[in-house]
Amino acid sequence: MTIKSLDDPFDPRSDLRHGHGCRCASCAPAGDAPAALPASAETMIDRAVESAIVRAVFDHHDAARRRFLQLVGGGTLAAALGAVLPLEKVKAAVKEAGGPLEKKELKVGFVPITCATPIIMANPMGFYDKHGLKVEVIKTAGWAVARDKSLNGEYDASHMLTPMPLAITVGAGSVAQPFVMPAVENINGQAITLHVKHKDKRDPKLWKGFKFAVPFDYSMHNFLLRYYVAEHGLDPDKDIQIRVVPPPEMVANLRAGNVDGYLAPDPFNQRAVYEGTGFIHLLSKEIWDRHPCCAFAASSEFAERMPNTFAALFRAIVDATHYASKPAHRAEIAKAIAPRAYLNQPEEVVTQVLTGKFPDGLGNQRDVPDRIDFDPFPWHSMGVWILTQMKRWGYLKGDVDYKRIAEQVYLASDCGKVMKDLGYAPPKSTYAKYTLMGKTFDPARPAAYLDGFAIKRV
Amino acid sequence: MLPLGMRSALVSLLLLGILLGAWELSHPGTGAGGAGSAVPPPSQILKHAASELADPFYDAGPNDKGIGIQILYSLARVLAGYGLAALIAIPFGFVIGMSPLLSRALDPFIQVLKPISPLAWMPLALFVIQDSGLSAIFVIFICSIWPMLINTAFGVASVKRDYLNVARTLELSPVRTAFSVILPAAAPTILTGMRISVGISWLVIVAAEMLVGGTGIGYYVWNEWNNLNLTSVVFAILMIGVVGMLLDLALARAARAVQYAE
Repeated sequence: MTIKSLDDPFDPRSDLRHGHGCRCASCAPAGDAPAALPASAETMIDRAVESAIVRAVFDHHDAARRRFLQLVGGGTLAAALGAVLPLEKVKAAVKEAGGPLEKKELKVGFVPITCATPIIMANPMGFYDKHGLKVEVIKTAGWAVARDKSLNGEYDASHMLTPMPLAITVGAGSVAQPFVMPAVENINGQAITLHVKHKDKRDPKLWKGFKFAVPFDYSMHNFLLRYYVAEHGLDPDKDIQIRVVPPPEMVANLRAGNVDGYLAPDPFNQRAVYEGTGFIHLLSKEIWDRHPCCAFAASSEFAERMPNTFAALFRAIVDATHYASKPAHRAEIAKAIAPRAYLNQPEEVVTQVLTGKFPDGLGNQRDVPDRIDFDPFPWHSMGVWILTQMKRWGYLKGDVDYKRIAEQVYLASDCGKVMKDLGYAPPKSTYAKYTLMGKTFDPARPAAYLDGFAIKRV
Repeated sequence: MLPLGMRSALVSLLLLGILLGAWELSHPGTGAGGAGSAVPPPSQILKHAASELADPFYDAGPNDKGIGIQILYSLARVLAGYGLAALIAIPFGFVIGMSPLLSRALDPFIQVLKPISPLAWMPLALFVIQDSGLSAIFVIFICSIWPMLINTAFGVASVKRDYLNVARTLELSPVRTAFSVILPAAAPTILTGMRISVGISWLVIVAAEMLVGGTGIGYYVWNEWNNLNLTSVVFAILMIGVVGMLLDLALARAARAVQYAE
């Protein structure tokens, strides 16, 4: 898919009305020449500036712009605009937005799973360099360690799970320290994997007494698994057992029969298939399509003390995330992040996960391009949903001000601004309704949503 | 008839050959799905070891360094934690050994702290010290201090009364007595404590590094486990064994140097 708002504004055939992700007929992916996308972030910013100015001149009368350009040509318009406005200076100012960096060498932690793709690939593929940063991405043994190293300042920023900055901010399962989450790392990308001996138990009602693993208490994995079994009438605290197991240990535990299955990040679902140990029962996108999973987070203190550095890092991540969102780039990314220094996984497995062309362990070859996808926008409504589930399962006690916490932690408007600067169209609102397994979630009424569940701990 | 040393070496080699041969033969071979889920055979491990040891000091960024660099990181941490522990345990053990009162008063604390697992200290250390590198060193320190402390106290307390009586008749100053009579007499016991401690430190480092990650042989094991790469894990286990043995040998040699005949 091309990003129409980044088309050449001086070209009468281009159409500036449609944003990234537009699904209208003229934006449908078929037939679009991918060449229309600017090659580098620099040209992308140039384009965004030109586009914004041309749009401002024509005040959204795109048809008028096209007629005018057909009449006088793009060069004339550019020259005319250049005469009244120092275009080059405006472009330079936008690129340098924020002024000098307070700190150039940063440490960013990651847990080696495919959800960390944008954080990792930004290193070998040069996204950090492009934004003037020298970033060391450091492999971390687990979420608790990532949390502790972030809390004690060893990491300037870190890969986290989307519920973690919320939990850290309110002090659930850690010392309370305000954290911010400027961007979501990935959406979708998880799966429920079961041991091969359970191939005939595809109905969750047959799972009574099963032992499941999730990577962390404050994770989408935990909340999605609980949601899924509860919708099938099982109580996740009584009918099944949920344990916290670090992702690398999951496949070994599954093989040993210590757990019957897990809802885990990739590549460990695909790895179980590759090893012949498990099969993919369900992709997490089948529970909630485009659900958030991992996050890019930093302490509020870092964001406030080093605003320019934070902004540059933020831009690099959003840039990398958008790059990763293009299916055409996935194979190349898999190659970049599979080596020992990053994921340390067979490239074949990583490619299967990122491209969505994979065997499911049941004998099928599936093709799900958005099995894992990348979209940085941290919807406030996602935060509210996560908080309702934390409340539902007793991780949060007392009254919860869902909106306030979500808006404090998830920097949706900042992310929107960065997306716009980089030439991507952010959503207009920061709240949206979601449908999970047929049930609608309205972020404006979290308490009513919570009341609607039969199985809960409140 | 060959001398005993030669004969025992031959038996050792024979046993090794049988063990490796049985291991190699029991491997199911590279069938569909079979090879991935079995412990790799010795030939594969040797091949891997050769490639790792051919370039042990490569450095491909913060997450991928050669096995030599990893071991050096681990050794540095062990020596730092162990050195600190020795600096504190030996003088302190000396004092406890000289004073029956202190010895009895501190005994309950030592008995409670001694059996705590290194991994139990880790979360507390990370929380309080706020630095993962220092936390690993602290965990080694806290786990290796007890054998040295107890052995030093025991060695000092059990110096023969006769020696002390002689020192008293010669009217030696307390400091002189400590250095020229008690220390040499207790040295073998102290060294035994140090030898136990270095073994414990080397045991602890792998667990600590698996938790905090970053660098070291423990991180190497964890990283390869992440990839379910048993060949590398077995190779790392062998390396850990070899380095541990070398550490022990070094202290055994030191112990022999301070041994004296009555």
